[in-house]
Amino acid sequence: MQLTFSIYRYNPDVDDAPHMQDYTLEVEEGQDMMVLDALLALKEQDPTLSFRRSCREGVCGSDGVNMNGKNGLACITPLSALGGGKIVVRPLPGLPVVRDLVVDMTQFYTQYEKIKPFLINDAKQPPAREHLQSPEERAKLDGLYECILCACCSTSCPSFWWNPDKFVGPAGLLHAYRFLIDSRDTATDERLGDLDDAFSVFRCHSIMNCVSVCPKGLNPTKAIGQIKSMLLQRAM
Amino acid sequence: MVTNQAGIKRNGIQDYVTLRATALIILAFTLYMTYVFVCHSFSSYEEWKAVFSSVYMKAFTFAALVSILMHVRIGMWQVLTDYVKPPRLRMILQYVLNLIAFSYVAVGLFVLWGV
Ligand code: SF4
Ligand code: SF4
Ligand code: FES
Repeated sequence: MQLTFSIYRYNPDVDDAPHMQDYTLEVEEGQDMMVLDALLALKEQDPTLSFRRSCREGVCGSDGVNMNGKNGLACITPLSALGGGKIVVRPLPGLPVVRDLVVDMTQFYTQYEKIKPFLINDAKQPPAREHLQSPEERAKLDGLYECILCACCSTSCPSFWWNPDKFVGPAGLLHAYRFLIDSRDTATDERLGDLDDAFSVFRCHSIMNCVSVCPKGLNPTKAIGQIKSMLLQRAM
Repeated sequence: MVTNQAGIKRNGIQDYVTLRATALIILAFTLYMTYVFVCHSFSSYEEWKAVFSSVYMKAFTFAALVSILMHVRIGMWQVLTDYVKPPRLRMILQYVLNLIAFSYVAVGLFVLWGV
């Protein structure tokens, strides 16, 4: 069985403009594989093909790409999930391309940095061993802490495409909420204060592209909704 | 807070609340007007005029017009900051759109006054 691929190629040192390059891959009849395995096989054919990957099992978040128009992790997306026909692989949309499928994630990380993704606790005397949480308090972090920062969500969000310098984006906001509801964090008010402008949170119009692509099944829109209601309560 | 309504740098929460509050008024007005059109068959200008003769209807219409003005201001600011990146062009477009929205209210006010 022959599979055909069309892959985005761009090497700024040599190419004037990006182009799509076709590849074919010979596989056993009826065999399925992950997109990443196919990319690795294609790289054997053409060693100049560039992409990121590390864990190859959906844990590290480094191989976010756009496959047949939808963002996802190449390592956990089976070819069969993309339907028949030509498979089109492009870099994550909206971010500058470094080379081929490798994008420059600076804007994404800058937004992540902005939300102060670390525990702030101003207690004079830190506990001798650890900050304790009740099981209920800990349960509030479920569905938030699992994010692997793959950027599939933020790069599928139109609001992030148009204002990547001002809108924090779904991934950053998911993390912002993770610290806002952490019972051990004491900076809730400052955190909310940093988010109450017209762009950081409120550029989210609940389009839910982020939810539909998250490879970890997380729901940034819901977290953003919670932040909005925290901001409203704080303003009243 | 009120001065923010006219400000260039907008306040997120205030805009969010204003957009929704004005949307509700616009929706209520639209529904009411639909009801009026469905349930009455206007055969003369006098009948049509009578709908707007009460002070309540005048206030409601005026509230709807002002809501549209505020909704358009915030909504178009959001759309323009998404899609129009050159600041000068955006300012001009914003100015023109605000002017149109303001004229709606002004003209509406005169019409209501005349009824
Ligand atoms: S929320 Fe999901 S899609 Fe977004 S960065 Fe985290 S894991 Fe990736
Ligand atoms: S729900 Fe919000 S954050 Fe998610 S894709 Fe839509 S606008 Fe972006
Ligand atoms: S290679 Fe680590 S998530 Fe795909």
